Amino acid sequence: MDSLLAGRLQMAISLGFHIIFAVAGIAMPLMMVIAEWRWLRTKKEVYLALARHWSKGTAILFAVGAVSGTVLSFELGLLWPNFMEWAGSIIGMPFSLEGFAFFTEAIFLGIYLYGWNKVNAKVHLISGILVAVSGATSGIFVTIANAWMNTPAGFELLDGKPVNIDPVAAMLNPAAFSQTLHMMIAAYAATGFAVAGIHAFLLLRDPKNLFHRHALYIALAIGGVAAVIQPFSGDILAKTVAQNQPLKLAAFEGQFETEKGAPLRIGGIPDVEERETRYALEVPYALSVLAYDDPNAEVKGMEAFPEENWPPVVIVHVAFQIMVAAGMLMMAVSLYSLVLVLRKKKIFKNRNLLRTLVLCSPLGFIAIETGWVVTEVGRQPWIIYEVMKTADALTPMPGLVVPFVSFTLIYILLGIIVLLLLLSQFRASPDYYENSGE
Amino acid sequence: MIFSSEIIISVIMVISLTLYAVKGGADYGGGVWDLFAFGKRAGKQRDVIAEAISPVWEANHVWLILVVVILFTAFPPAFSTIGTTLHIPLTLMLFGVVFRGSAFAFRSYDANKRESSTWSLVFSVSSILTPILLGITLGAIASGNIVIENGVVKSGFIKPWLSPFPFAVGIFTLVLFAYLAAVYLTLETEDKELQEDFRKRALITAVLTGLLAVLVFILSGSGAPRINEGLGDKWWAWAIQILVFILASSAFVALLKRNYGIARVCAIGQVSLIIWGWALAQYPYLVEPNVTIFNAAAPAKTQNFLLIALFLGAFLLLPSFYYLFRIFRKL
Repeated sequence: MDSLLAGRLQMAISLGFHIIFAVAGIAMPLMMVIAEWRWLRTKKEVYLALARHWSKGTAILFAVGAVSGTVLSFELGLLWPNFMEWAGSIIGMPFSLEGFAFFTEAIFLGIYLYGWNKVNAKVHLISGILVAVSGATSGIFVTIANAWMNTPAGFELLDGKPVNIDPVAAMLNPAAFSQTLHMMIAAYAATGFAVAGIHAFLLLRDPKNLFHRHALYIALAIGGVAAVIQPFSGDILAKTVAQNQPLKLAAFEGQFETEKGAPLRIGGIPDVEERETRYALEVPYALSVLAYDDPNAEVKGMEAFPEENWPPVVIVHVAFQIMVAAGMLMMAVSLYSLVLVLRKKKIFKNRNLLRTLVLCSPLGFIAIETGWVVTEVGRQPWIIYEVMKTADALTPMPGLVVPFVSFTLIYILLGIIVLLLLLSQFRASPDYYENSGE
Repeated sequence: MIFSSEIIISVIMVISLTLYAVKGGADYGGGVWDLFAFGKRAGKQRDVIAEAISPVWEANHVWLILVVVILFTAFPPAFSTIGTTLHIPLTLMLFGVVFRGSAFAFRSYDANKRESSTWSLVFSVSSILTPILLGITLGAIASGNIVIENGVVKSGFIKPWLSPFPFAVGIFTLVLFAYLAAVYLTLETEDKELQEDFRKRALITAVLTGLLAVLVFILSGSGAPRINEGLGDKWWAWAIQILVFILASSAFVALLKRNYGIARVCAIGQVSLIIWGWALAQYPYLVEPNVTIFNAAAPAKTQNFLLIALFLGAFLLLPSFYYLFRIFRKL
């Protein structure tokens, strides 16, 4: 295996692993805080049990997120020293700010988890809110740094070196808003759906347990709202990509030729040699409308760009299709649940909906992982779009396959352990029944 | 000159490193005493350690991240040099970081407690390896053996850290952390017998700390000549070393007299001054012999924004930390 591939795969594994825990660390605290708030409002013990239960899951996920995040902060230098030397002074700012958000999150999570009997109820709730807010804030800062790699700003080039560096302009880069919006909503959608699916599964086995009923409502409310608005943020982001990275957009869509009134391709496999995307369901004019709000707008195809700068189009297109499909399914299920709730139906008794939710529980995380592939692989061969190639950022360190394999094995092991621990947590979830006077 | 932004940022970085050592370091030390818990109170010792670390270790750990982000924001070439040449010890250290943190969390939240002895073992062994590798890295950075010329690593990927001096620093770091943890743990329990257990451990590691300090100093003669020189022929270096000696002796006497509060203050002062003495001896080098805080500095605008962010962040952070430690009675 060549060094570049090993380095890229190690980074991909590290990010793909960390993103799960980072996302859970953003959305889980919100759910546990809502449960605790409901407890303070209604005095129903079941909500307290729920807050405590979710906080345990949060603690495990946060710990693994914290250590895998530490690994990433070092890996930037271990794998991509030339990138960091070049860009550290431009995009170090959001990482530094993220550091403070992370501090706040860790401090107040400590108070939240271990302070149940040490601080009063109000302070405890506020600590939880601070965890939820700082978790989201750190996600925003990290995504801003990634957005900069897609749409670099805040510097001028002189002989290949950055001059007139403006860290604030770098943070306000063109993709910063749309990419962070999309990522944050994704975090709530994915976590909400995953948790709703787990409680739906437990409800199927233990239909009268109020614990799972309340859990389902809170998780589905968060996941559902996020899933319904997510396609709109996706649209905003796609327009940003169309504007700033037209080649990347063409790869999303498997669009080889430059074309007016371009169709939206649903599914399909791009054939790079033949320069066409086969087996796709084409919706006429739809891509031009989505990207430029005009059915006759010209969409640049990949052929308008030198082939050496093309990303691996098959991976990008397929990942994009999976992401969109997962997102659409989640939106449909959310809307259906909303209709049921508005009609005053008891969704916790609707076994078909519960089964659907169980099946949908991994969809959000599938969408996040494939979305991450879309944005990262779609930016290749660049590490900083049109400024620095990934290959030029790589460390000269030989034998990169060794750390790649080691981290992969470690993360697989940790992933399995976390899964088993979370499952055993859920198996131990408490019982609250209507006639038990909860 | 003394108030240039490079220097202020470096001072903040050393403050962060100091806080990481005296707070996060002690959490690693806790892991050491988890492994060396024995006798009929072994279980109780482990409980005290776990209770002491649980609420705070993640917050304490973030100081390391802060050091890293300050380094790559304000001194990018130093970060890339360290990342390139010390890839191996840093990667090994990261394995330790990952295993320590996850195993500790797994042990705390394993609902059926079945695997808790496995987690304990992973937690404590990685608590020992991680500080050693951190120390090896710091020793290598100070050694003067890291040379990159025109993007080519002249010094190789192994030689700078695989030598006696960095390893001595690694062991020294471990023993310092274990010493801090033992001193703190005397105050984490009301149980007199447990206090005696931790007092004994503190006294033993206090002696080891002194012996290893001498060994590190001797090895620095050939292993890190600049540090050796810096510590040897400047008046302030002698002042710091005498102060460290006074604080270490006071901590020792306080431990003998069971004045644990005083012992803690002295031990914190002792470890902090060791780090500051080191930092001053290394000034102005970030990585010897070529990278200094001046030639690696990011443009002024970046440094100024970073300083603003750090000051604002401190306003947010220090009260929060104060509150955290007060709730869990660590002040």
